[in-house]
Amino acid sequence: MYLLADSAKCSGCRACLLACAVFNAGSPIWGKPSQRQDGSYGENNPKKGALAIETQFPGPDIFKVRTCTQCGACAEVCPADCIPQDQNGVYYIVQEQCLGCDCLKCAEVCPEDVIFTHADYEAPWKCNLCGQCAAVCGVDALSIVKA
Amino acid sequence: MNGYAGSILRVNLTDKTVSKEPLDPEVAEKFLGGRGLGAYILYSEVPKGADPLGSQNKLIASSGPLSGLLVPSASKMDWTCKSPLTGGYASANVGGMQTAELKYAGYDSIVVEGASETPVYLYIDDDDVEVRDATPYWGQGCITVERALKEELGQGFQIATIGPAGENLVKYACIAHDFGRRAGRGGVGTVMGAKKLKAIAVRGTKGIPVADSREFHRKALEMYRAIKANELLEGWVRFGTAATNAWANEVGTFPTRNFQSGAIEGYEALSAQVQLDTLFIRNKACFACPMPCGKYGYSRKHGVYVEGPEYETAALLGGNVGLLDMEDLAYANHLCDELGLDTISTGNAIGFAAECFEKGIIGTQETDCIDIRWGDAAAIFAMIEKIANREGIGDILAEGVRHAATQFGGDSGNFAMQIKGMEISGYESRGGATMLLSYMTCDVGGHHNRSWGITYDVQVGGSTISADKAAKVIELQHKRPLFDALGACRFPWVEIGFDLDQYAPILKAATGVDRTTEDLLRVSERIWNLTRLYWFREIEGFGRRWDLPPARTWRDPVSSGPTAGKRISRADVETLLDMYYEQRGWDENGFPTAAKLAQLGLTELAGR
Repeated sequence: MYLLADSAKCSGCRACLLACAVFNAGSPIWGKPSQRQDGSYGENNPKKGALAIETQFPGPDIFKVRTCTQCGACAEVCPADCIPQDQNGVYYIVQEQCLGCDCLKCAEVCPEDVIFTHADYEAPWKCNLCGQCAAVCGVDALSIVKA
Repeated sequence: MNGYAGSILRVNLTDKTVSKEPLDPEVAEKFLGGRGLGAYILYSEVPKGADPLGSQNKLIASSGPLSGLLVPSASKMDWTCKSPLTGGYASANVGGMQTAELKYAGYDSIVVEGASETPVYLYIDDDDVEVRDATPYWGQGCITVERALKEELGQGFQIATIGPAGENLVKYACIAHDFGRRAGRGGVGTVMGAKKLKAIAVRGTKGIPVADSREFHRKALEMYRAIKANELLEGWVRFGTAATNAWANEVGTFPTRNFQSGAIEGYEALSAQVQLDTLFIRNKACFACPMPCGKYGYSRKHGVYVEGPEYETAALLGGNVGLLDMEDLAYANHLCDELGLDTISTGNAIGFAAECFEKGIIGTQETDCIDIRWGDAAAIFAMIEKIANREGIGDILAEGVRHAATQFGGDSGNFAMQIKGMEISGYESRGGATMLLSYMTCDVGGHHNRSWGITYDVQVGGSTISADKAAKVIELQHKRPLFDALGACRFPWVEIGFDLDQYAPILKAATGVDRTTEDLLRVSERIWNLTRLYWFREIEGFGRRWDLPPARTWRDPVSSGPTAGKRISRADVETLLDMYYEQRGWDENGFPTAAKLAQLGLTELAGR
């Protein structure tokens, strides 16, 4: 299972980036998909989302959405072996075991460039397929699909 | 400060200094933010009698407490200043992305003071704020400069610009953002041009704290789910505001040939479906909005991209000038977008000039040999350029139709379609007393977006003169501008019936301050009365007379269409005003009574 984006439908609103951060950012289990987030953290900050919208002002293909396809390239290259896969096939970064932002081999190898870092955190994060982005997308550009 | 960024950024362009100060929580509580914050700063800081184009005027750009939060359509920025067009209060609202980015950079509001001698732009990257040279950009179009700055600084920067119209101090120059979004009315772009401020570029990487994140998460999801499940959503997103184009003609409120009529023959050529078929590429949304009204498109006939046309542009640059070709309308829209002109005032001014030309009040000598005829696309395009560049007759029209009437003479003053000096927007109102009263009493002049009363007229009958209509106008004047103070768009509530009572609870979860919808509407009423005081303070002799509509209202019957023959008598106009003042708690000259000011906690401020 992974998050599928239909860029042709995207209207560029960025609610998805914001919802992702509101529901996940800074969570102690950030990246661990199988546990419910309890809502006591998170941040209204789209720079802490786990997907990306590329814009080239304003051009005909103006909103290209990049999402994690759960390809596993990050897991394969991780020197700390800290990117396991859950029962749905979702890869997640175990924050406590991660070597931190001095490593970032996962980010380098990611074909979609959807491993994210921010000065506030010691480890990178990635999509955990929580689905909150799809829940707020008004134009149905995002959906969770089976591989 | 929960919900807010907590800080005001002050930029003095005379000495190029920058300072930051905390947002006063008491001011935030009394005025909320956005338009409320702008009105408070304008009233308390810009000295009485300030020249709108001088260095004492301030240009205040404010987000609201909901801006940048996970709330549907939390995308609105307010721009407030003393208006160079009217001499009174100006406040223009714009969507897009910049209001959110400003909060992420750590600021609720930017107060631009003084004036630069040379062109500059304001650069904001979180805590790093600089006044930079903009000489290479001076003279270029709004969209051209936005593109250039995004290429130079990064696509993540959100940018507001002015165009040649603002630089040339056209009195209804607008502020541009995110390609097709505009803070349109009252000359907010003119003031930016007078300060030689070409652009404001913002990037922010911080988050916005909320008081109760569990409750905030819950309410946010609830709001988005409600919109996604709304049965009106699909129809709205398909057409955006262009759905109004045909409807307005069907009810007889579509401005036609300088408001001579309320419907134009052949209006189907401007329908939303024609727009979709001819221009549409994709939907384009403002920040966090799940119901995008923006229709990004391309005109093959003219080789230009345009976001729109939206309803007001179709009304004033379409019907009002007799232009019935969708691609020509798109090009006129594009010209105004690049040059930085408010499409409403521009279309109104060209329509005025065309009627004067038709009646022989002006001729080809005054128009530099342009025959300004209804529907003549080439003439209309030429007029737009002349206004932006202040050439020939454009120099007169650039001052607004109230001034132009004094120069053209004849009886043109009777059909210069303005109130308080602001050109009336997209609703011909002789068939709708609620809409007429809305225009008469709007706080910035002849603008519709404070009280969109036309739907009430259609519902109960347009020609009735009743206290209910005054009550409806007041109700709308509190509900609609509340969104301007919150920093979010009103369309979810207005267009698809989203529950207004949803906003108070999520605002509480964000800010930690417990307020009901009624409490928030009192804030709206407070802002309304404060800006009314501002007009009285700034304009010698201001009062009831300034709330009157043009004489066309009672003098000229609507010439054709569903409201053919309709007029609203001068006596009925006065009756409507009497009813409105009484319900507002204002005296017979429209001045807020001491009791009303005390009720709203404005006594002290009013004394300044």
